[in-house]
Parts: sequence; C-alpha cells; structure tokens
Amino acid sequence: MRDAIKVDQVYTRFGDKVVHRGIDFVLPDGEILGLVGASGSGKTTLLREIIGLQSPTSGCITVMGRPVNGAVGQTQALSMRMGVLFQKGALFSALNVFENIAFPLREAGLQQMSLLSRLVAMQLRRVGLKPDDAWLMPSELSGGMIKRVALARALVLDPDLLILDEPTSGLDPIASQSFVELLNRLHAKLHFTVVMVTHDLDVLKRLCTQVAVLAEQRLIAFGPLAEVLRCDHSFVREFFYNEHARKVLA
Amino acid sequence: MGWALVSVSSDLPVLQYQPRDGRQVVVLGGVWTSQYLRQVQALLVRQRHRLTEVSVWDFDQVRQLDRVAAGLLWQVMGERSEPDIKAQAEHRQLFQEWQDAEPVVNPVSPFSWMLMCAAWWHVLASFWAHVEHGLVLLGSLCLDGWQVMKRPARLPVAEIVSVLYQAGVRALGITALVGFLIGIVLSYLSSLQLQMFGAEIYIIKILGMSVIRELGPLLAAILIAGRSGSAMTAQIGIMRVTEELDALSAMGISHSLRLVLPNVVALLLAMPLLTVWTDAAALLGGILAAWHTLDISPGQFLLTLPNSVPLLNVFLGFAKAAVFGVAIALIACHFGFRIQPNTESLGQETTNSVVAAITMVILVDAVFAIAFMNRGMM
Repeated sequence: MRDAIKVDQVYTRFGDKVVHRGIDFVLPDGEILGLVGASGSGKTTLLREIIGLQSPTSGCITVMGRPVNGAVGQTQALSMRMGVLFQKGALFSALNVFENIAFPLREAGLQQMSLLSRLVAMQLRRVGLKPDDAWLMPSELSGGMIKRVALARALVLDPDLLILDEPTSGLDPIASQSFVELLNRLHAKLHFTVVMVTHDLDVLKRLCTQVAVLAEQRLIAFGPLAEVLRCDHSFVREFFYNEHARKVLA
Repeated sequence: MGWALVSVSSDLPVLQYQPRDGRQVVVLGGVWTSQYLRQVQALLVRQRHRLTEVSVWDFDQVRQLDRVAAGLLWQVMGERSEPDIKAQAEHRQLFQEWQDAEPVVNPVSPFSWMLMCAAWWHVLASFWAHVEHGLVLLGSLCLDGWQVMKRPARLPVAEIVSVLYQAGVRALGITALVGFLIGIVLSYLSSLQLQMFGAEIYIIKILGMSVIRELGPLLAAILIAGRSGSAMTAQIGIMRVTEELDALSAMGISHSLRLVLPNVVALLLAMPLLTVWTDAAALLGGILAAWHTLDISPGQFLLTLPNSVPLLNVFLGFAKAAVFGVAIALIACHFGFRIQPNTESLGQETTNSVVAAITMVILVDAVFAIAFMNRGMM
C-alpha cells in the first residue's frame, strides 16, 4: 500500500493569525479520513491546501507521491486523479446536469457524443439519479440532488482521491443517510481514498476509517475513531462526549 | 492499484500485433487511463484500419485500464456484443459496463411549423411580459409614492443618499472627462467650418445650444446608464441569487419601496445635477478650443453665451435629464428582478438592461426633440 497523502510539518499563517502549527500525518491508500475540529480550526484550509487551491506558509504536502503546487504540468496531472465535492456542489449554473458531468471528460479530450452520453448515463445510475435528470438545470435540483450530481462530476474520471467538504451539510437526515450509504457503496466498489471535513458524528461513525482532530492549530489526535475517543483533550471530550454524541456513538 | 503517475516512457499506452493460431491478435501494454487520453485517442485513430481486422484483444500486459479508455477501445471494437477479450476480471468488467450502458437521449423535437409558430408566440409573450412587469413596477412605485406622501417618515432616506453618492458623486470624474473632451472636439471641428465663412462668432451659439440642449443631458444619461444602471441590475440580481429578496418579502418589506424607489429618486435628483456638471465641463472644453483656434477669449464667450442661448434650453436640459434618470433607474430595476439564480442569466439581463436603458434614453430624447420643436430656438 502506498501513501495517498503525506502532510509534512505544515505551518499556515494569514497575516498575524496562525492557522496550522506543524501538522503532520500520513494517510494510507484506500482509507476514509474525517477531519474534525471547531470552526476556525483550519480544517477547510488544510483541505484547500491538499487540493492545491492554497499553499502552506511552510511545510510540504504530497498527494499520491507528488508534491502539491509543483510544476504546472504535474499539478494538472494530479488534479485529474483527484475529485472534489464542494460544500454547495459548485455545479456550473449555466450548464445542465449532462454538461456538468461531461465537463471534466470534455476537458480531458473526450468529444465523441456516443461515449459521453453513455458515461453520463453510467454516472447518473451510480449516484442513484434517473437518466431524465440529465436535462435539468442546477437551479431546478434539490439539495440532495445537487450533492449527487456534484459527486457524479467528481467521480467521472475515476479519481484515486476524493475530497469532500461537509458532504452532508444542508441535507435532511434521510437524504444525508442515503448519501452516506451511497458513498459507502461507491467506496467499496471503486476503492478510492477519501478525505472529508465533517461535523456529522453519524458520518464519522459509519463512513470514516480514520479520524483527524484539529484544535489549537495542531493535530491533537489521528487514528481510527475508537482510538481518537481515548484522547484526553478538552475539545475531544466536548465534541464526542455530549448528550447527542452519546446517542449517535452508542 | 498503483498510481503510475510518473511519466516514464513505459507508461505510455502501446499496442502490437501478433498472429497467433492463424488469428490476428493485438497485445496492449502500458497505462490506458484518462490521464493519457490524448495518446490513447491518437494511437487508436492511427491504427483504426488495422484494428478492425483484429479478432482477439489481449489485455494481460496492460498495467492500468480505466472506464474512459475502455470506452474508446469498446468503440473501436465496433461496440460488438461479444468481443474476444483476454483480460483479468477487473478489466473485463469495464467492457461489460459499457455493454450494459444505455446512452441518455436528449428529447429534442424535430422541426415543425407548429414549433416555429410557438417560438414566435414565445417572443411575443415575453415582450408582453416585459411590458406587463414594467407597468406593475411603475404602478407599485406610484403606490409607494402615495404611501410616502401620507407618511413621510417612511421615505428610505439612507438608501437614497447612498445611491446619490454611488451614482452621482462618484460619477463626477468620468462625466467631466467625457464632457470636456467632447466639448473640445465639437468646438474644434465646428470652428474649422465656421472659419471658411468668416462666421467665427457663431461658435458660441452652436456650442451653447448643442451642449446645453442636447449633448449634456444625453452624455450624462448614457454614462450613467452604463455605469449605474448595470450596477443596479446586478445588485438586485445578486439579491435574488442569495435569497435576500425573499428575506425582504418575508419581513413584509416592499421591494419597490426599499429597492426601486431609492434608485428612482436618487437618479431623479442626480441626473439634472450631473447634467449641469457635464454642460460646464463640455463648455469649458469648447471655450478653450475656441480660444485656441478662433481667438475668442473666455470672457467674450461667457458674456455672449446668455444672449445666444435662450433660458428655456437650460430648463429643457434639466427636464430631459430628470426623465432620463427615472427611465434608467426603472429599466435597471425591471431587468434586475428578471434575473434567474444562475450566472448566465445575470450576465444576459445586465447586458439587456444597459442596452434597453440607452435605447430608451435616445427614444425619450427624440420625443422631447419633436415636442419642443419650435421652442427655445431663437
């Protein structure tokens, strides 16, 4: 097993505000990592640094054996192996569902309509949508459907790494549960590595094989959920040992 | 699954032909993934003719195969139901997936006269919708005006002042610059013609009449339509996208009172003032150019100006500017409310708003020109 992601002594600073103070971890291939932390603890910043939208002030992030923010050609090759699902889907509002899903394919150079239409059909079926949904515009979709279409677009090139920013935020409990099941099913089938930011204890328990806890600009715990629960930090106790958490984790 | 990201030449997709037991076999090797999509496509296009004669496909030496590349190969195999494929189960599964996939079909209806008529009907209907919405906007504005008159405390003073500053004060620079330059050009070109007839002194009347009656209000209006009209449209449009319009409605606050009225009132006040400012800048440019080319001193110019331009023209200019201001604000708000929550609509309606506002300004100008044909000319 190779390492999917290696985060090495990452420091991040915005002006005077220190966000990360030496974050350090290695995520093996095929794992599902949940990033947890209080708001403002730099989870999303770390995620953006892994995607390459932002650079750490110092330190190095390696994704699938390649440094993020390397040479232009390298970065492009890397971003083709990586699918990103943004918090609000980030579907292109001027394109319909079909064109949104076909977009990465067209960018990669696939133009034949017969292949595109079959691939889009496969993607729609994968994420549990009907073929007719392909002709809807993003503004006509419900919250759950937006997430599904965005997932279909993120997975269309069969990436090795899937990045999710709050995958269940804004979904009702039923939609959120079925989205977690969908991710679970797809992960079992396609074996990609997942990194996600989440506040949802249910997702952490049912989906994540690894949990990383960020607090006070540092990584205070990293490992399977059971191991993280043993950590004796005040944030961990607050987050995992309250009335609601007890019910979910029981 | 290995990553195989390093661009070693052995990673590139390759194929070679081997006759085996009297059958043509193609042996594929390397990495066949979307990362090498261009190479895969180029290879398949180059070998298109030879590949049609192949009867067995050997994938044993392929290091990596993904769905997209498998699709391209499946197409080259002629989308056959049972190609003779020698491959591991994982790769074979990909071809099976392509075999099972039904393409999504766009329900495009064929051309017909009915559809043609429907399209024309749609154009008519959307034009009517514009007119209707415009009338509704105007009506609700009148109602708001009535409300404000009954209870002056409801006048959104803060918003009006804010728009006055944004659309009026901040436009002073650009209107002065454009006015000044147009004044110079107009004066210079006219003076060259007047010199030929020895009628230099008429430059004062020509400049005064054209700038104060026509160009000042028109220039200011066109600049404000492009500058502030587009801003008003986009602002209301973004408020739709971010659901701020719905939030206002939910609080029981009238859109027209809080968003349309301030824009209309502010432009109603700002446009005549901007017109004075633009007139002054254009006349200044004209005076300087006349001084330079015709040797008419600024003092002489300013002394003669009141006698050669009847006062009515000044008020006509103000009145036109005020009407332009109301038209620009109303059109900008009208198009702003039509914006749908997507990026394309935002761009489209903002463009439409500016085009419609400028057209309307010129149309109103023409109406004024006809209505006051014989007034204030002498």
